[in-house]
Formats: sequence, structure tokens, C-alpha cells
Amino acid sequence: MTGIFLITSIAILITMALALIRAMLGPTVFDRVLALNMVGTKTVLLIAVVDVATERGDFLDLALLYSLMNFIGMVALLRFTEYGSFSREGTEL
Amino acid sequence: MNLIVFTILAMLAATAVTVARIRDLWAAIMFTGIYSFLSASWMLILDAPDVAFTEAAVGAGISTVLMLSTLVLIGPSDAGRRKPALVPLTVVAITGCALVYGTLDMPHFGDPNDPIHLHPRPSFVEKSQVDMHGLPNVITAVLASYRGYDTLGETTVVLTAGIAVLLILRKEKDEPEREAAAQ
Repeated sequence: MTGIFLITSIAILITMALALIRAMLGPTVFDRVLALNMVGTKTVLLIAVVDVATERGDFLDLALLYSLMNFIGMVALLRFTEYGSFSREGTEL
Repeated sequence: MNLIVFTILAMLAATAVTVARIRDLWAAIMFTGIYSFLSASWMLILDAPDVAFTEAAVGAGISTVLMLSTLVLIGPSDAGRRKPALVPLTVVAITGCALVYGTLDMPHFGDPNDPIHLHPRPSFVEKSQVDMHGLPNVITAVLASYRGYDTLGETTVVLTAGIAVLLILRKEKDEPEREAAAQ
């Protein structure tokens, strides 16, 4: 692993750790939602960096899947916070 | 690479302790999401993309949604802080020590002379490229093709479990209307 990739992954890991600390301290719900979203995004970036650094090429699909999961999870969490359930009244789950 | 692995493992441990200690159930679900993302990236770095794929889809995606829908049913409040339980802590500590002691006899990670690399016949590694028309990942070849029926059965079990959970968690509010429609 060459220097630039190592430095990039260290920076991503530091960001992840800071987001984790914010999630632990976070007084409001939205601090935690943002922190979770941040961890998800940094995971995608870390996978991309590891993929390029190890010259695998097949991890990028996983990075795509992770970003989709991140998005769906975020929508579900925010819907739950807003409505208290996933659906408005009268519709099926 | 070791640096990344150790950092991720440290963050995993911190997240696990937070999940165990936090009283707000909504935040605990969020931390399980963070835990899934971290463990999936760790598995990826250990070169197990199929496991990481499953962990991302099931752990970060579906199980977060399932736990949130459970939270809708039971309400976000917790029973409150309990007294520290010494006996379970002792049992867990002893079990952990036994597990760590058990790993001491295991072969070193990535050692090519491991029994697992030699025993089931290395021919899978040699043959799968030809058998699977150049599929680069041996694990994927074994899981999806050599053991395809087994994987199909596992998927059926998971699908059945998912349908059962959805049936339990669905809303019962419009039940009388449905009965009226049936009559």
C-alpha cells in the first residue's frame, strides 16, 4: 500500500472515529442520524480506497451496495422519527 | 493494512460497549447500524466479500428496519437502569477467557499450511477457474455453484423467516374491514 492511499485511509478512519464520538455524545436525535450517515459514507470511501490500493477492482460493487443501504436506512430512520411509524395512517407496513 | 484493521476493531469494541450501556433504544438501534457498517468493512479487508455483502444487506439494512418496526410496537422507553449483575459478568468473562485460550492453538491467519487450505483438497482452488469459466473468487464459486442447492435451501429458510416476521409486525388496525370484505 503506497503512501497516498495509506494517508487517505488514515484520514477516513479519523473522520469515522470523530463521527462515532459525535454519535456517542450527540444530545439530539439528528446528531446521531448525521453521525450514522457519516459512518456509512466513510465506509464507502474506505472500501473504494482499499479497492484501488490493493488493485482488486471487485470491491467497488460492494461500495455501491453500501451507499444504497445507507440511503434506505436513513430514509427509514427519518420516517420513523417523523411519523412514529414507517407509514402514514391507514396504509400497510 | 494492519493499522486499518486495528482501528476498525477498536471502533467496533467502542460501539459494542456503547450499545450495551446506552439507555435510549432508538440510539441503540443506530449504533447497531454503525456496528454493521464497521464489521462489514472489516470482513471486506479480511478478503471475505460475500460475507461483507450479506452483513451490509442484512445487518445494516434489513435488521435496522426490523428493529425500528419492533420499536414502533413496543415503544421507545426502557425499563430503566438495573443493578450491575455480577454473576452474568463473571460467566461472560470466563467464557471469553476460554475462547481466547482456544485461539492460541489455531494456525496463524493466512498461513498457507493451515489444515483448512490443505485438507478438503486444494483441487477446488485449482479447478474452479476452469469449472466456472474464469470466476475469480473461489468462495463465490463454491457457495453459488458447487453448493448451489445448499445455498438455495438456506435462502428459502431466510425468506420464510422474513415472511413470518413481516406477518407478526404488520398492522392489525384494518382487520375488521378485511373481514367485512371477505364476507
